Amino acid sequence: MELFLDLFSQPCRALFIFAKKNNIPFELKHVDLLKGQHMTEEFGKVNALRKVPALRDGDFTLAESNAILLYLSRKFKTPDHWYPSDLQKRARVDEYLSWQHTGIRAAGCKVYLSKVLLPLLTGKPFCPEKVEGAIEELNVVLKQFEEKFLGDKPFIAGSEISLADLVAIVEIMQPVGAGYEIFKPRPKLAEWRARVEEAIGKELFQEAHKQVLNAKSLSVAELVPELREQMACMLLKLIN
Amino acid sequence: MGLELYLDLLSQPCRAIYIFAKKNNISFEFKHVELFKGDAESGKLNILKKVPALKDGSFTLSESTAILLYLSRKYNTPDHWYPSDIQKRALVDEYLSWHHTNIRANAPKTMWIKLLIPLFTGQPLPSEKLQEVMEGLSASLKQFEEKFLQDKLFVVGSEISLADLVAVVELMQPVGVGCDIFEGRPRLVEWRDRVEEAVGKELFLQAHEMVLNIKELSNIQIDPQLKAQLAPVLMKVLQ
Repeated sequence: MELFLDLFSQPCRALFIFAKKNNIPFELKHVDLLKGQHMTEEFGKVNALRKVPALRDGDFTLAESNAILLYLSRKFKTPDHWYPSDLQKRARVDEYLSWQHTGIRAAGCKVYLSKVLLPLLTGKPFCPEKVEGAIEELNVVLKQFEEKFLGDKPFIAGSEISLADLVAIVEIMQPVGAGYEIFKPRPKLAEWRARVEEAIGKELFQEAHKQVLNAKSLSVAELVPELREQMACMLLKLIN
Repeated sequence: MGLELYLDLLSQPCRAIYIFAKKNNISFEFKHVELFKGDAESGKLNILKKVPALKDGSFTLSESTAILLYLSRKYNTPDHWYPSDIQKRALVDEYLSWHHTNIRANAPKTMWIKLLIPLFTGQPLPSEKLQEVMEGLSASLKQFEEKFLQDKLFVVGSEISLADLVAVVELMQPVGVGCDIFEGRPRLVEWRDRVEEAVGKELFLQAHEMVLNIKELSNIQIDPQLKAQLAPVLMKVLQ
């Protein structure tokens, strides 16, 4: 089984952590987005949408990290707490996995795109208004996250870590990678993060996040100009 | 007090839940939430609260995907809706995930731009806005046909699943405001006909009666206070 990943990408990190934590055997196929490797013909055969993460299990290919996480949890019968068999707890996980697309993921992405990625692709400095706007949005969804999804519980679905927490943490780490201080002013969130890191294992967590936390190491030197422009255009649309 | 479903059939995800519950004979109390009216209690506009919502005893749930899955499990609905075969199930999950930021990103905006925003602001929007949205929707529809549907009868093969249901209700929104996205897309039309038949034409039409008679909505009187409340929401939708 192959997992096509770039640890620069949040959903890829969720998969990487999940697979490693559960000792799921897989071949890591690195698709370097900043080198345009998602645009190769070969990768197009794995995922016509040209996005990471993607899975190939024999003849079966699958895109969308939520789908892949669930597939792996079922195929490899991972511990129940990841996707609880209790109907109501499971529903809480589903609820988060659904909301986050247009919630934390959207807002976190915007901060990272406007502050780090777009300047990298265009060679121009970041636009302060855009970044500020993105941060405002992020503040709103983080508040919703703390109030609606976390509440007073240790984890989103209750007393144990689930796919919901995993998907949440990797998304929240993206704006952290853009230099935005998320946890200091939010002690409850910081405590949740510490619990999640511990449940995953600090070493694995750090390994997965090494790249995104090192923005200075990013380079688009190996990206052809046309592709660079294409990506810049596409990302601009996303943050507008 | 049994199952309560808080719905407004003007909303696509509400329609998916309505159709699913009715089709599977799941008994529920229909709690009508009118999105464009104010809440008598709080004075707030209902649209700022999200629908759909489920209440099952003391358990409350939002997000239509979560509600559909919860209902399918609790009421043991026929396998084809969310197949037990893990690869087929994964394909449903894949569609339900992709849907949020693709079809659902643009389809609803057609109604906002063509009807709702002009209704609330008293002014039409420049045509470029609609064009942009239609372009985005076209791109999503292309991906839908090429990746998710292909030559199959339904998204996951030979039987209807939650993926088809969630997709079709979303695509009816632009149809309601005169943006017939099915025109010129015969394969999509055939798929929609199959979905209608699998759901039951009567139920399908019942669920879509409001959105297909949307012109009636343009005659409603909007309270000026509600108009003011809606302004920030409208601006956000336009982004």
